[in-house]
Amino acid sequence: MAYSKKVMDHFMNPRNVGKIDQASGVGEVGNPVCGDIMHIEIEVKDDIINDIKFQTFGCAAAIATSSMVTEMVKGKTLEEAEKITNRAVAEALDGLPPVKMHCSNLAADALHEAIINYRQGQGGVAEVAKGCCQEQPETNCVKITE
Amino acid sequence: MKAIYMDHSATTPVDPEVLQAMMPYFNEIYGNSSSAHSQGQMAHQALEQAREQVAALIGATPVEIIFTAGGTEADNQAILGFMTHDRQKKGKHLITSSIEHHAVLHSCEYLSKHGFELTILPVNEAGQIEPDTLKAALRPDTALVSIMHANNEIGTIQDIKTLAAISHEAGAVFHTDAVQSTGKIPVDVKELGIDMLSASAHKLYGPKGIGCLYVKKGVTVGSYLHGGAHERNLRAGTVNVPGAVGFGKAAELAQQQMSQNIVHLKDLSLRLTKGILDTIPNSRLTGHPVDRLPGSVSMVFDYVEGESILLMLDSYGIMASSGSACTSGSLDPSHVLLAIGLPHETAHGSLRLTMGKSNTLEEVEQVLTVLPDIIAKLRVMSPLGH
Ligand SMILES: Cc1ncc(COP(=O)(O)O)c(C=O)c1O
Ligand code: FES
Repeated sequence: MAYSKKVMDHFMNPRNVGKIDQASGVGEVGNPVCGDIMHIEIEVKDDIINDIKFQTFGCAAAIATSSMVTEMVKGKTLEEAEKITNRAVAEALDGLPPVKMHCSNLAADALHEAIINYRQGQGGVAEVAKGCCQEQPETNCVKITE
Repeated sequence: MKAIYMDHSATTPVDPEVLQAMMPYFNEIYGNSSSAHSQGQMAHQALEQAREQVAALIGATPVEIIFTAGGTEADNQAILGFMTHDRQKKGKHLITSSIEHHAVLHSCEYLSKHGFELTILPVNEAGQIEPDTLKAALRPDTALVSIMHANNEIGTIQDIKTLAAISHEAGAVFHTDAVQSTGKIPVDVKELGIDMLSASAHKLYGPKGIGCLYVKKGVTVGSYLHGGAHERNLRAGTVNVPGAVGFGKAAELAQQQMSQNIVHLKDLSLRLTKGILDTIPNSRLTGHPVDRLPGSVSMVFDYVEGESILLMLDSYGIMASSGSACTSGSLDPSHVLLAIGLPHETAHGSLRLTMGKSNTLEEVEQVLTVLPDIIAKLRVMSPLGH
């Protein structure tokens, strides 16, 4: 398994691990492909993600994408965070091995779930509810759900 | 930092004595062992000596050994070659187990898609096939039973003698994949009462790409690779003489060193297993507690994933393997771990440390100093178990 230097860095030294006291939004997604789980908590103030933490049960790629997504959206507006795609996370890590592309689904999806959860608490409208695979039908996910 | 290799079930380093024995057969005695000239005859002699050495290790006679390009090919020939042979009149049913190596499992499944009938036996939670389960599955038309001797992932050893006897009572031929046991524990084809056996050199400090199929005299197996008349018409293709010489030497060394290796590896495994269980909560040994390969320590850790464990161990120079879904390439957890009844998420946290003759107690202690911290670090990152 050839991982990029960036993946190994985020895996060995993950950023923003843990939980937030009194989080404003919580998202958790499971990966139907390999059984992994990712949990993200956000603290939002004035539409800005002030703080974000993650916990992930999964491979090095899953941990690295989780860590990377938290780094990418910390300090960003909710609108900006909603636009983060799985592909963008993978690209920020200098790519993932093809068999590991599905792992990046976890991170962006958990983030989007956390935002939905926050908006629901705020009386906003839930709009993003992507499951694994829907965004990247070319990944391995499709095979498994057959 | 000196690297610590604990993945001997995947492959072993070639023993220096084996390498030395092989060297002349690349460019000094390079003849085709089928050639009539003196180069060919020298190669032929070396090949036949290797056949004797391999036969001696498993208690066979040299004519019962067919050299193959490894364990996978031997398994394919035993199953496909036997079941499709004209003289195999018994029937179209075959039996195997749910914890076989894919070389056996996929060969059997291939047949089941081509007109044969296959029964895959379950195992108990220690990974053993219950004799009664086999008895119940045998039919009048069962031609072949293929059950592995020692498992590559969990180390469990089967009671092959009993299973072979039960198969024979029903008139079926018995094959065992002994790739993991040959050279590590006593394997005697007569004592076990088996008809066919697969072995591979690279698991016993020999080279990769050479193995053998033992076929008991009187048992007819067809060829699997078709072509020339090599290996008594049973395996076509110019014989890999340097490989066979290496396999022969490795077999000889394995025989000489076996009892001392077993004592050494049992010591290491005992210490490693106890050390892990004592220092890491929610950890368990998989496979049979006693009937297992002497150097094999297979564990599961709740709440963490195997590939993450492997990469962290690798950063300390420790090399191991896992049956986790994330390491498999296919993204399914190991079929062996599922077959012994582990839930998907537990199989996810599997770690296999397989030690060899050059591993030391110091290396085991080194693993024990880093592994608990690695598991703890990954558990902090995990959403489970808090
Ligand atoms: C139990 C078992 N059978 C078969 C094989 C295949 O052997 P080879 O690698 O020589 O093809 C292996 C090892 O890879 C094994 O562990
Ligand atoms: S999360 Fe399982 S393969 Fe990456």
